[in-house]
Amino acid sequence: MVPLNWYLVLAAFIFSCGLYAALARRNAIAALMGIELMLNAVNINLVAFWRYGEFVERLEGQVFALFVIAVAAAEVAVGLALIISVYRSRRTVNLDELDLLQG
Amino acid sequence: MDWINLLLLPVLRSVALIVVLLTGFAYLTWYERKLLARFQVRIGPNRAGPYGLLQPIADAVKAVFKEEIVPNMADKAVYMLAPALALIPALIIWAVIPVAKGVPAIADVNIGFLWILAIAGIESYGIILAGWSSNNNYSLLGALRSSAQMISYELPLGVFLVSILMLAGGFSLVSLVETPRAWWEWIWLWLMFPLFFICILAETNRSPFDLPETENELVAGFQTEYGGIKFALFFMAEYINMITTSAIMATLFFGGYRLPFGLLGDVIWLGPFVLAAKVIILLFLFIWVRASVGRPRYDQLMQFNWKFLLPVALGYMIITTLLTVFLK
Amino acid sequence: MPGLDALPFPLPTVQQVIFILIAGMTVTGALITALAPNLFHNALGLVLAFFGVAGVYVLLEAEFLAVSQVLIYVGAIATLITFAIMLTRGMMFGRTSSTNRLMLSTAIISALFFLVLTGLLVNVAWPEIGAELAGSEQMIADLGEMFVTTYLVPFELMALLLLAALAGAILLARD
Repeated sequence: MVPLNWYLVLAAFIFSCGLYAALARRNAIAALMGIELMLNAVNINLVAFWRYGEFVERLEGQVFALFVIAVAAAEVAVGLALIISVYRSRRTVNLDELDLLQG
Repeated sequence: MDWINLLLLPVLRSVALIVVLLTGFAYLTWYERKLLARFQVRIGPNRAGPYGLLQPIADAVKAVFKEEIVPNMADKAVYMLAPALALIPALIIWAVIPVAKGVPAIADVNIGFLWILAIAGIESYGIILAGWSSNNNYSLLGALRSSAQMISYELPLGVFLVSILMLAGGFSLVSLVETPRAWWEWIWLWLMFPLFFICILAETNRSPFDLPETENELVAGFQTEYGGIKFALFFMAEYINMITTSAIMATLFFGGYRLPFGLLGDVIWLGPFVLAAKVIILLFLFIWVRASVGRPRYDQLMQFNWKFLLPVALGYMIITTLLTVFLK
Repeated sequence: MPGLDALPFPLPTVQQVIFILIAGMTVTGALITALAPNLFHNALGLVLAFFGVAGVYVLLEAEFLAVSQVLIYVGAIATLITFAIMLTRGMMFGRTSSTNRLMLSTAIISALFFLVLTGLLVNVAWPEIGAELAGSEQMIADLGEMFVTTYLVPFELMALLLLAALAGAILLARD
């Protein structure tokens, strides 16, 4: 089998990519994509630890991953709706131009 | 030995499957043109070969030798990728469809149902990419329409599939075909078939749900900027999708490769032919609908899905749950 | 082939080769998502990464999860994202750079995060082999049972959350 830490390193890399995208991109949709990448990395970890853990028959890792997927779906729906309604009123989706509260 | 079983056999089967499907596609175009002609009291293609049987070959030669044009402002890489991405899902769905007793097309995956659901989810990508990369307003509008349509109709389709799954009690399509059903199960299934067929029509962008490519509003929709062999690939994707979905419906609703009442159940080589016959009958339905039903408006299309199909599908699922719990 | 035994490192097994291919695909997708300046290419990279993660799930023998991943992430979430990109396409053809002024520091932090985490991870003695699994059909049945027994309350909460998100999204996106 593939050693567990291969999966963990892969997940760490994806998480870092997501972190960079979420923090450094100006476009709100790109930042949202970064968050999705990070959630995926977490899911890889959950499932990998489940598979290599002691209680394979209890499936906790998979249950958690499914919950994460469902939350991600809800998050994307609301996030994109927010982005589109912001785009309607401000004509931009760049995060650093959305500074109404700065006065 | 290990490698032969692992690699060579699936590759050979895939190649055979692709050859059969491509031939099927070519003659489906002929079948459709002949039938449409009949519906409209015409004769249809009759110049190339007897009964126009060589017409598909003539069309293929024409498509291949056309000049390749790529729009200047197009996103080249994505533009070239899109036709391939449109075609691939239609082909790989076949991996789990059983074609004869104990012989799935490629592999007996025990999650066949989920595979179909998942692939149905990615079918819209080819169209979205085509519409985006062409950098043309008509293409983009066509792609937006089509992805909205596909996402919407995927919901009732998925709910119906879940209902069938509950009746079958397992994820494997092979065991779905092999397990005998009670008479009330068949009737209950067939009650749903017209609605399921409507969802399939919308998913494959077939008339009357061909709004993504309405000629009078959007030129040719997402494929406006495609010509020659690239257009032929989109065309191929649509028709192979028809064949594939017909095979899925034959498997889910009409016993797949089996003859009714278990006739000749031991003759394994008969399986593919029985399946093909059922597919041809179902394809006739597609063409019949195209010849007789007009195209709805876009808002009617959406309203029909969200206000009628989806509630009905959910109700159907609830009743199916009760039936499986109390009658089985 | 006698020469192969003399290699300084063990030859990868078939599974390991598959893992490397899938990981390569996922990493490429993640890099495109993070770094490509064109927003639509980001979305395509994201799709590639999602597919890669589904492949990882298959390798981990969580087939149901893999299919859910394709169905929900690739089929729904990524499609929605491309949809949003098309609807806000006025932003696309970059007058300005695609990154903000935090770019350099974020890049350093992300790289450091990855390096430190990797350094930690490779030095732990993880279990080499997971236990044998029951068949995947049984596993899916168990999974379904867990959702309506042990995890009933979270499951119902999830349904509520999805409903609220649905209603909220419709309300927000309405004209």
